[in-house]
Amino acid sequence: MTGVVKEIKVGPGHTVEEGQVVLIMEAMKMDIDVPSPLAGIVAEVSVKPGDTVNAKQQLMVIH
Amino acid sequence: MSILRIIADFFTSTGFAALSLGNIGMLAVGGLLIYLGIARKYEPLLLIPIGFGAILVNLPLSGIQEEGGLIWYIYFGIRSGIFPPLIFLGVGAMTDFGPLLSKPQTFLLGAAAQFGIFSTLLGAKALGFDFAEAASIAIIGGADGPTAIYLTSRLADHLLGPIAVAAYSYMALVPIIQPPVIRALTTKKERMVVMSEVKPVSRRVRILFPILTTIATALLVPAATPLIGMLMLGNLFREAGVVDRLSKTAQNELINIVTIFLGVAVGSKMSAEEFLTLKTIMIIGLGLAAFMVGTAAGTLLGKLMYVISKGKVNPMIGAAGVSAVPMAARVVQKVGQKANPGNFLLMNAMGPNVAGVIGSAIAAGVLLALAG
Repeated sequence: MTGVVKEIKVGPGHTVEEGQVVLIMEAMKMDIDVPSPLAGIVAEVSVKPGDTVNAKQQLMVIH
Repeated sequence: MSILRIIADFFTSTGFAALSLGNIGMLAVGGLLIYLGIARKYEPLLLIPIGFGAILVNLPLSGIQEEGGLIWYIYFGIRSGIFPPLIFLGVGAMTDFGPLLSKPQTFLLGAAAQFGIFSTLLGAKALGFDFAEAASIAIIGGADGPTAIYLTSRLADHLLGPIAVAAYSYMALVPIIQPPVIRALTTKKERMVVMSEVKPVSRRVRILFPILTTIATALLVPAATPLIGMLMLGNLFREAGVVDRLSKTAQNELINIVTIFLGVAVGSKMSAEEFLTLKTIMIIGLGLAAFMVGTAAGTLLGKLMYVISKGKVNPMIGAAGVSAVPMAARVVQKVGQKANPGNFLLMNAMGPNVAGVIGSAIAAGVLLALAG
């Protein structure tokens, strides 16, 4: 789904759990929570707030 | 003439002397609508002018509503059937039909949700409304304010106040009304279904769509032409890519100006005699039933598509077929993500959602033709 990144909840080095909301994007004036598909440590965040993102695009790298 | 006599004469010329109990009741209703708009943010763009319009016409002796009065002139836009199609011009300029064009089969879901209209028509007739009144009440199930106002102004002008208020209130309440109906009719496994991404469609298709839809609809259901024609003209402005100025005006300034007049004019139909009746309560009940049946019908066809597609279609997107753009699609997104946090159905639900706008306008045309 296409939308705009509104808020990034984590940064490099943060530990995340599976299902934790790591990013909020906005589409059709609606805030949509994006959960992490796995548990791990954030290595890199590839987008910044305001960026337009598409389906299947890499948002961050979690090890 | 004594001083007392002068004071007494002045008092009888004020509104206080002429204010009826019904007027006072309607001032409270107007105040309630404004409260719901401001404090609860229920469709504030409409409920605030509607509520204020109701207050204006329930303050007696101003003559504002009589022939030649301010509201009498503003009401011309509804009497003539001009305002709702102008709103549709703006809606068309705002609407991206891409999700529908990408998955044209979702058009059927937008049609199924109109079933609420026809079942409510029968229910209203059974409760003693005549056909024109029943059709106007039933169109609340189309979950589209301008369409409801248009049809009612053509068929049963005297019910415009309660019908418009019911239509806009239920649209604001879509996030509360729909989820229980959706959950009752689907299993968690069905709600978890992840659908394939909505693919972009070519510019040529986007430009041809409004033109061909207008021609096909106007030939099939001529009475739907004013609504569909303006909706599609607005959409052509949007997709043409060379008339950005017209597209922006239609979806901002023009629709805002018309919304002000439409709201005040609708509010002016809320006189005590026509609003404080048993009929209003029945209309509000029937409208709710229309919404729920529409949601259920869309969801059930969604389930059929789930079976036929061997589990590729999430049946919930059928619930978005009840127009109410984009609230109904947002509901599907929310309920879907609750079942499966990694599921993003919003764009998939937009297909039936925008199809619902076309579907309810066509349903209005069919009802007009039947009543004609």
